[in-house]
Amino acid sequence: MTPSIPNPIGDFIRANVPIPELAYLINVILCICAICAVAFGSAMVLVYMERKVCAHVQCRLGPMRLGFHGTIQIVADTIKLMLKEVYATKGVDKLLFFMAPMVLLTAPFMSLTMIPFGPNLQVAEVPVAVPLIIAVNGFGILGILLGGWASNNKYSLLGSLRSGAQMISYEISYCLILLFIVMLAGSASFRDITMSQQGTIIDWWIFKAPVIGVIAFIMFLISSTAELNRAPFDIAEAEQELTGGYHTEYNGMGFAMFYLAEYINLVTTSSLATVFFFGGFLPPCIGIAAVDHILNFVPGVIWFFVKVFVMIWVYMMIRWTLVRPRVDQLMSLEWKFLLPMNLILLVLGAVFISFGWIIQ
Amino acid sequence: MDHSMKQYFKRIIQSFSFLKGFSVTVKYFFQPKRIVTEQYPENKATLKMYPRFRGRLEMVEDENGENRCTACGMCEKSCPNGSINVLPTKNIAGKKVLGKYIYRLDTCTQCGFCVETCPFGAIRMNQDFELADFDRSHFELKLNQKEGRA
Repeated sequence: MTPSIPNPIGDFIRANVPIPELAYLINVILCICAICAVAFGSAMVLVYMERKVCAHVQCRLGPMRLGFHGTIQIVADTIKLMLKEVYATKGVDKLLFFMAPMVLLTAPFMSLTMIPFGPNLQVAEVPVAVPLIIAVNGFGILGILLGGWASNNKYSLLGSLRSGAQMISYEISYCLILLFIVMLAGSASFRDITMSQQGTIIDWWIFKAPVIGVIAFIMFLISSTAELNRAPFDIAEAEQELTGGYHTEYNGMGFAMFYLAEYINLVTTSSLATVFFFGGFLPPCIGIAAVDHILNFVPGVIWFFVKVFVMIWVYMMIRWTLVRPRVDQLMSLEWKFLLPMNLILLVLGAVFISFGWIIQ
Repeated sequence: MDHSMKQYFKRIIQSFSFLKGFSVTVKYFFQPKRIVTEQYPENKATLKMYPRFRGRLEMVEDENGENRCTACGMCEKSCPNGSINVLPTKNIAGKKVLGKYIYRLDTCTQCGFCVETCPFGAIRMNQDFELADFDRSHFELKLNQKEGRA
C-alpha cells in the first residue's frame, strides 16, 4: 500500500521493518497515538481556554491558583474526574447508558483522521471526505439521544430530544454550506480543497468567491455553532431549564467523555472552517515576495493550528456574547432563514462559476 | 414585495446588531484593567476596602478615647435584629451618660440603620471583614472604652 501523500515517518518504518504486515501495524498504532494526542491535548487546552476567555469577558481572571495563571488547574480537574466512582442510577438502561458516551466519542475521532493538519500530516486521505464527515456526524446525534433515553430522567429525555431536533435541522444548512465549497473547489477531498486555495490570502475561499464567500462563512458559523450544541444554541443543555440536559445523570468518566466529545467537536469544526474558508495549512501569503518567503518558512501544521485556535476563540466569544434563543425561535431561524438562504447561495455559486466571477 | 417579505429582510439586516454586542465583549476581553475581582488571600497585604463597605460597627473616638455618644438609644430602637444594647449610667452631676455600649456581632446584618439614625455621628461601620471566630462569646462586644461625657 503506497500512500498518496509523501510521508517520511511511514516510509522510514516501511524501509526498516522487514515484515510488511508488521510495518503496517506499527504505522496504524502511530496514527492512533497521534490522533489521541491531538484530541486529548487540544481538549485540555480548550477547557483552560474556555475558562479564561469566559473570565476575561466577564471582567474576572479565572483560575489563578495552580501553576502560572492556573495552568495546572486542568490537570487537577482531570484527575478529580478520573478518581470518581462510576455508577448508574436506579432504573437506567445500563448497556445504552454506558454505551452512549462511547458512541458520541466515535464521531469526533473519525473526523480527526480525515483532517489534513499539515502538508503530510493526515491519517486518511479520503476522496469523499465531505460526505463521509457528514455521515459520521450522525453518531453525535445518536450518542446524545441514547444518553438522554437511557438515563430514565425526564429532563435528560427532553434535553436529548431538543438536541436531536436541533442538530438534525441544522445539519441541513451545515451540509449545504460544505457542499457549496465542494462545488466551488471541484473536489470533496479535504486535501484538494486546501490545495485549491494556493496563492495569497485573496485565494482563500472566503475571499476568492466575492461577497458570497463571506456570506457562506457567516452562515457556516451560525449552523456549526448550532451543530456543536454550544451557546447561544445550547438548548440541549440549558442549565437553567433542564438541569444539564442529556448528561444530567452522568458522572465521572461518562460525563468527562461527553465533555471531551464536545471539545474535540469544537476542534474538528474549527478545522473544517479552516480547511474550507481559510486555506487549511497554507501560509497567509500577502503577495510581497520578501514577507511570503518568511511565512513559507513556518511549517504548515503551525499555520493550521493558529487558524484553528483563532476560529475557536471566535466561537468562544460568540458564546459569551449572545443569549440563548427559545426552541421555536431556533427552529424558525433554521427553516425560514438559513435554509432558503443556503439554497439561494448554492444557485449563486453556480452562477459565479459559470460566468467566471471567481477570482483566479 | 409583500409585508412578510419586508419583515424577512428587515430581520436579516437587524441581525447585524450582533456586531455591537460582539465589539463590547471583545473590548472587555482585551482590557485587563477592567478586571474587578480581587485575588483575596494573595493580596491580603495590599487589599484596600472601598469606603462604602460596611464591616463591624465601631465607635468614633478621639485620641483620648472619648466618644460622642449621649446614650439617647436611637440606634438600639432602630436596630431590626436587636443587636445593640445601650446601657446608660449617671455621672457625678447626676446626668444620664453612656455606661456600656453592647454590640452583638453574631446577629448583626450590617444594614447600617444605627449609623444613619445616630444624631451625633458617634458610631460608624469600619472596614473589617475577616470576622470569623471559633467562640460565640467573642461576638458580644463592648464598643466604648470610656463612659460618655455628654
